[in-house]
Amino acid sequence: MRTIFKLAATAAVALGLSAGASIAADPLKVGFIYVGPVSDHGWSYQHDQGRQAIEKHFGDKVETTYIESVPEGADAERAIERLARSGHELIFTTSFGYMNPTLKVARKFPKVKFEHATGYKQAKNVSSYGARFYEGRYVLGQIAAKVSKSGTAGYIGSFPIPEVVRGINSFMLGAQSVNPDFKIKTIWVNSWYDPGREADAAKALIDQGVDIMVQHTDSPAPLQVAEERGIMGFGQASDMIKFAPKAQATAIIDDWSAYYIARVQAVMDGNWKGQDTWGGLDVDMVHMAPFTNIPQDVAEEAAKTLAAIKSGELKPFTGPITKQDGSEFLKAGVSAEDGALLSMNFYVKGIDDQLPE
Amino acid sequence: MSDLSMIEAVLLTIITASTPLLLAAIGELVVERSGVLNLGVEGMMIVGAVMGFAATQATGSPYIGIVAAMISGVAMSLLFGFLTLNLMANQVATGLALTILGLGLSGMVGEAFIGQPGISLKPIAIPVLSGIPFIGPLLFNQDVLVYASYGLVIAVYFVLFRSRTGLIIRAVGDNHGSAHSLGYSVIQVRYLAVMFGGACSGLAGAYLSLIYTPQWVEGMTAGRGWIALALVVFASWRPARVLIGAYLFGAVSILQFHAQAAGIGLPTQLMSALPYLATIIVLIMISRNKTLAKVNTPACLGKPFVPDR
Repeated sequence: MRTIFKLAATAAVALGLSAGASIAADPLKVGFIYVGPVSDHGWSYQHDQGRQAIEKHFGDKVETTYIESVPEGADAERAIERLARSGHELIFTTSFGYMNPTLKVARKFPKVKFEHATGYKQAKNVSSYGARFYEGRYVLGQIAAKVSKSGTAGYIGSFPIPEVVRGINSFMLGAQSVNPDFKIKTIWVNSWYDPGREADAAKALIDQGVDIMVQHTDSPAPLQVAEERGIMGFGQASDMIKFAPKAQATAIIDDWSAYYIARVQAVMDGNWKGQDTWGGLDVDMVHMAPFTNIPQDVAEEAAKTLAAIKSGELKPFTGPITKQDGSEFLKAGVSAEDGALLSMNFYVKGIDDQLPE
Repeated sequence: MSDLSMIEAVLLTIITASTPLLLAAIGELVVERSGVLNLGVEGMMIVGAVMGFAATQATGSPYIGIVAAMISGVAMSLLFGFLTLNLMANQVATGLALTILGLGLSGMVGEAFIGQPGISLKPIAIPVLSGIPFIGPLLFNQDVLVYASYGLVIAVYFVLFRSRTGLIIRAVGDNHGSAHSLGYSVIQVRYLAVMFGGACSGLAGAYLSLIYTPQWVEGMTAGRGWIALALVVFASWRPARVLIGAYLFGAVSILQFHAQAAGIGLPTQLMSALPYLATIIVLIMISRNKTLAKVNTPACLGKPFVPDR
């Protein structure tokens, strides 16, 4: 027993020493909390790419730490607090459910700066940030309507939350800009990540006659099914071309690197402040994989749309837009405000499915 | 698409969704019949999935992958066997630990294979039989693991209930003291059963990473091991009922997707819960005879065996 105590004491001293050493060298300590494993090849993976970009960019001026697979809720608070307590000056919490825990810890550590992804609350030392993935989905809709023979796309949704509903609407608006009678069949798998269920849903959709596969779930499984059955589809979160060399038309890619580097720089320069950022194609927070497997003219058209959204000339949610129930959402020429987009809980006209409550 | 081929397509996906559950459950059934409760199915399954994928990528042959998956499942089960049968560790705790270990270990091994498309195992048509209209393509133009699942159910049924070996396994599971005094080696029988369970879980994992979705992603079993475990209990330790349960679960989970795609406006949460509800209700209905349920339950399930001398 005594030996164990001795060992523990030695370890504590060693830890203390190493902490002291790191203060002497003075790198900026940046922490990350991920909701999934870094190897999910989707959401958390892309955030970790951002973390690696920071390390690459700043070298030994930064020291990064991450804690993966942190459940949303009470555990999150402990994990965030652990990072705050251990000298991290900037902490990224990368899932919607971390919002309140982040704010709570932020009140306890006013000197530490926090960045919360996909939320809507800010504080003096808490910024929120998110990406306008829906902009990319408008382009997908346009491509889908052009290459689809059946005029019907299958859409695999995770949960009926505003983020996903907004994506479906944006996709539909893009499709309607080409073919006003375009149809969507939706399946909700009630999971962000279950390759088996995603594949089953994809098969069910194809068996029901769709010839375009769109997903708002994180695994490459639906695209793989599309490849196998010989229809077109789109990658999600990262470039999935390796899984579907013949089926992927393009992919919506999350790219947090530029934002993360900018925020770390801001802390170093001393001009960081709590704010809200919702970046899209314009700042490269969202970008798209090369257009492949589609006719030249369709790719050119898509590239044009992409450029128009990038420059701000085209906003996907611009009226006239009618809701599914026939009521007016936007008058002609009016673009939706961010508030209306962030809380979107209805389908646009032309979608036949019922939105689950 | 004609109606008949639509039904055929739906049934085909049902078979795919059910097979991993059936493979894992039939193995666990034998384990539990011998009186051992191994809650580590999920862990053995996911290690099988990653090792199967890794071996396939390394050699280019999914068949070597299948063998590797079985071996790794057995290796995991041996660890469980050593802890619970030799060291008398608590089976529930050890099983849970095995699952946690499996999930962690597979994540570590699988790191190198993230984002790599897998090599899919192709179906093998059985001559003549696969030519039968409707049934042929459905049942006799499948991959080797689906055939294995049919074979395993039949074999487990005959061995357990129609052979001397089965009698010994069940005796060990029902009353290990008596089995021991009759001269049977309880530990040895249980070891073999646990290893069989490990191999089956490994196969189920291989099915996921080689056929169901030919890729490796962390946590891809997504709780299927737990469903298999539940199936065994609700099927009251009868192979035919495990078969019914697995296919019912697969069928309802696929049909609810079709219902959604067809635009039936039921709450999606309810739809997702349907497979669980339907399977539990049906299996409870089948096994509601109390006396039979008692007979079917291995009396020594989860109890450690300590020989008197």
